[in-house]
Amino acid sequence: MLMPTPDAGLLARRAEFVSALRAIVPGEGVISDDAELAAYECDGLTAYRQRPMIVVLPTTVDQVSRVLAYCHSQGLKVVPRGAGTSLSGGALPLADGIILGLGKFNRILEVDYENRCAVVQPGVTNLAVTQAVASEGFYYAPDPSSQIACSIGGNVAENAGGVHCLKYGMTTNNLLGVEVVLIDGTVLRLGGKHLDPAALDLLGVVCGSEGLLAVVTEVTVRILQAPETQRALLMGFAEVEAAGACVAAVIAAGIIPAGMEMMDRLAISAAEAFVKVGYPLDVEALLIIELDGPPAEVDHLIEVVREIGEGCGASYLRISMNEDERKGFWAGRKAAFPAVGRISPDYYCMDGTIPRAALPKVLRRMNELADGCGLRIANVFHAGDGNLHPLILYDADKPGELHKAEELGAAILTLCVEVGGVLTGEHGVGVEKRDLMEVQFGPADLEQQQRLKCAFDDDGLLNPGKVFPKLCRCAELGRVHIHGGKVRFPELDRF
Amino acid sequence: MPETWKPKDAADVASAVGDALSAGKSLELIGGGSRRGFGRPVEADVVLDLSALTEVLTYQPEELILAVAPGARLAEIEAMLGERGQQLAFEPPDFGPLWGLPAGRGTIGGLVMTGRGGPRRLSAGGPRDHCLGVKGVNGFGEAFAAGGRVVKNVTGFDLTKLITGSFGTLCAATELTLKVLPAASDAATLVLVGLSDEAAMSVMSKALGSSAQVSSAAHLPADIARASSVPEIVGQSAAVTLLRLEGVRPSVTARVAHLADTLQALGPQALLGREQSVALWKEIADAAWFAGGGDTVVWKLSVPPSKGAAVGARLAGELSGRCYYDWGGGGIWFELPGADDAHAAHVRRVLNEVVAGDGHATLMRAPDAVRGTEDVFQPLAPALAALTRRVQQQFDPQGIFNPGRMYGGL
Repeated sequence: MLMPTPDAGLLARRAEFVSALRAIVPGEGVISDDAELAAYECDGLTAYRQRPMIVVLPTTVDQVSRVLAYCHSQGLKVVPRGAGTSLSGGALPLADGIILGLGKFNRILEVDYENRCAVVQPGVTNLAVTQAVASEGFYYAPDPSSQIACSIGGNVAENAGGVHCLKYGMTTNNLLGVEVVLIDGTVLRLGGKHLDPAALDLLGVVCGSEGLLAVVTEVTVRILQAPETQRALLMGFAEVEAAGACVAAVIAAGIIPAGMEMMDRLAISAAEAFVKVGYPLDVEALLIIELDGPPAEVDHLIEVVREIGEGCGASYLRISMNEDERKGFWAGRKAAFPAVGRISPDYYCMDGTIPRAALPKVLRRMNELADGCGLRIANVFHAGDGNLHPLILYDADKPGELHKAEELGAAILTLCVEVGGVLTGEHGVGVEKRDLMEVQFGPADLEQQQRLKCAFDDDGLLNPGKVFPKLCRCAELGRVHIHGGKVRFPELDRF
Repeated sequence: MPETWKPKDAADVASAVGDALSAGKSLELIGGGSRRGFGRPVEADVVLDLSALTEVLTYQPEELILAVAPGARLAEIEAMLGERGQQLAFEPPDFGPLWGLPAGRGTIGGLVMTGRGGPRRLSAGGPRDHCLGVKGVNGFGEAFAAGGRVVKNVTGFDLTKLITGSFGTLCAATELTLKVLPAASDAATLVLVGLSDEAAMSVMSKALGSSAQVSSAAHLPADIARASSVPEIVGQSAAVTLLRLEGVRPSVTARVAHLADTLQALGPQALLGREQSVALWKEIADAAWFAGGGDTVVWKLSVPPSKGAAVGARLAGELSGRCYYDWGGGGIWFELPGADDAHAAHVRRVLNEVVAGDGHATLMRAPDAVRGTEDVFQPLAPALAALTRRVQQQFDPQGIFNPGRMYGGL
C-alpha cells in the first residue's frame, strides 16, 4: 500500500509541533514517546501499520478547534481516530501526520426521551448508547459487529451498518445532527433534534466521509423503542440458488425482516465446530431470518416465511420458540469470524455489495477464483441487502500468501462491481479499497467527489491517502474547460 | 421569455450544459414545472426542460431498486410500484394544488431535488434516505455518477444525499436510483378527540416512544379538522390527534387495541379504517387545507417535536393564521394572511426564540415578488453559509444551474 511520501521538512520540525500542541492540549494529551505511539500504528485492518509522528488526545471542542487551526496553519496532516476498529484502514496513521484521537470525548450529554434522541460525544461506544437508554425500553438501531468497542464518531465517519440495517437503516438514517470542526478550526452544527436540513444536506455527506471532510465532536442520534418480540427461523438449503430464491421470495411477499443472514458450507462447518449450536452440516447454504415487532405480527409473519422456505425447498427448518433458541441460531453466525480464525491462521474479510439475484453466479465465480490461487473462502452474507462478507483464508507466515489473499480480494470486489454492485457496503474504502475506486467510478465521478473535498479542505490535510487513489489538486479540479464557444450539438431540440 | 431547450436523453443534457457554458448562459432546470413555486424565482437565460427524459431504466422489486430518468411522472411511477405492492416509503407529497396547479403533475426529478417527504418521513426517512444514486451533468459540463444501484453502499462520498434536496443547484440529473419498499397491506388511524395542542404533543411523544410502531403522528386543531374531506374527522367538531399504524392486519389490529387502551384516559377516541386513513394522511402530506388560497402565504417549520405547540400556538395566534402539526409535532404547517415580507421576520424571530437554532422555517407559498426579495429557506449562520457556497461552487463554479433558487447569489 503506497501512502503519500512523508515530507522530510515536516518530520524535521517534530519537536516544534509537539511543544505547540502541548500548549493547546496540556498534560498527557500529547503523545510523542515512541513506545506509546506504537499503540496507534494500526486500526482494525492490522495488515497495514505506520507509526504516527504525534498523537493528540484533546478533551474539549475548543482544543480540537485550536489543534486543527494550528495544523492548518503549519500544513500538518491530521488523521482523526475514534476507537480504531475500522476494517478498511480509515485510521491508518501517516509518518508525517498527527493522530487526532477523540477517545476522551466519552460522555453521553443528554438523553431526550420526549424527542426520542440522544446527544453523545463521539468517543462513546455504539453499545453504550443503547445501554444508556435501555432502562426506558429504547435502543440505538445500527449494530455493527464491533459495537462493544467501536465509537459513535467512527460510526458517523464510516456510515456503519450492521445485521439489522435492512429494516432500520445505516448510521446515516439514524443520525439527526452533528457538531463538526473544519480543518481551519471553524465549529459548525449540522442538523439537531429536528428533521431535514435547512438547505444543502451537509450532514448527509459528512456521514460516511471517512474523516476526510471534518472532525465530529458531538452526535445526535435517533433512539427507538425496542421491539416487543424477536423470533427467528433457521433454514438449510441443498443449493445456494434455492436459498437466494427464498430471500427474494420473502421480500417479494412484502416482508422486510429485521435480519436476513446467509452462510455457506465452509462458514457453517467452521461455526458449528466452534460453538456447536446444532447447525445442519449437510446443506450448502444456511439462512437465519429474524422477525421483530408485536407478538401478533411476528407470529403471523413467521408462518408466512415458513411457507416460503418450504416452497423454496428448505431441507432443514427450525423456528425459535424462546429467546435461548433464537440466540442459539445467531450464536454461530456471530462467532463466524473467530470460528474461521480457528480453521485458518489468518483471514481477510471483504465487504462488497451485489444485487442479490447475482449471488449464485458470484459465489461460483469466487470459488473458481479461490481455487485458481489455492486459497479457500468462507462466506457470510447480509442476504437481505446483498452485502457480502467473504472471508479469505490464508497463512501470513507462508511467503507471498498475504499478497495472494489481497489479490483475490481485489478480484472479488471487481467481480462485485461487474455484476452491478459496489466495493463496500459498510466497512468503508479507507486505504484497503482505495486503489480499486477506479473500478467502480470513472474519472469524472471521482473528480466530483474530490471537488467536494476541496470545499471542506482545499489543502488536503484531513486524512490524505485514504479513499482516493490520487491526491487532489484543488486548483486543477476547479477549472472549467469551455469548448471554444462553439455549439456542439446544433440538432438539439430548442423552442 | 427565455428560450427553452428540451433534451431527449442524457447525452443531450450534457451537450446542452456544455453549450450553456460556452455561451455563458444560465439554466433553469424543470421537469413537469409543478414545483416552480418552491424556492426563490429563478431568472435564467434558458429553460432546460427535462420532461422528455421519462425512461424507467430498471425496476427490480426483489432488489428493492428503481432507476428512472428525472422526467418520469411520479403518479405513473407510483402506479407501477403499486402493481407490485411497493411504494416510495417517504410518502411523496403533491404540492401542485398548494400552488394552485392541478394535482398529479410532478416528476421524480422534482420530487428528489426538492427533497421533501410526507407524514411517514418521521418513521421511514425522507427522499434523502431513499435516494441511492444519481447520474447527472455538473456545472463543468461533465457527466458523472454518484452512489450506486444497491441498497447498501458506503463507497466514496455520499454525493447523492447532497444532490437530493439541492433544488437543482448542483447538477442537471439524468438518472435517479431509488430504494423502493413493500407497501403495508393494512393501515388504521387512531383518533383522539379534543386535546389541546400542548396535550397533543405529549400524547404523540408517548405514542411514538411506545412499541406500537406508530408510522406517523399529527394533530389538527379544530379549525383544520373541520375542513377535512374525511367525514369522520369533520364529524368530531373538535381538534383531532392522529396516530397511524401500518402493517399486516393482525399486527395493526393488535397494536390499535393496545394503543387505544393505553391512551383511554385521555378522552374520546375514534378509529379510521384503511381507506379513510389513506385519504386523511394525503391531506396532511399535501397541506390540502391551504390549497389555492388567494392572498395567504404558507410556511413549513421543522423543530424538535416537543417544541411544536410552543411555536405553533404562538405564531398562529400572533399572526391570525391557521396551523397544524405533522411529524409528532416537529413539522408545523402555517397559513398566514398575506404580507409584504410574508411575515418572514416575525416567523423567524419566534422560531429563534423558541428553538434557538435547532430548526428552520421554509416559505412554501408566496407571490413571486415576495419570494424574490425574502429568504425562502432559513438564513444560514455565516460559517455554514460560506461552506454551503463553497460546496455549490465545486459542482457549478459558474453558477449556471438555477441561479438564486435557494439563496440570493447561490
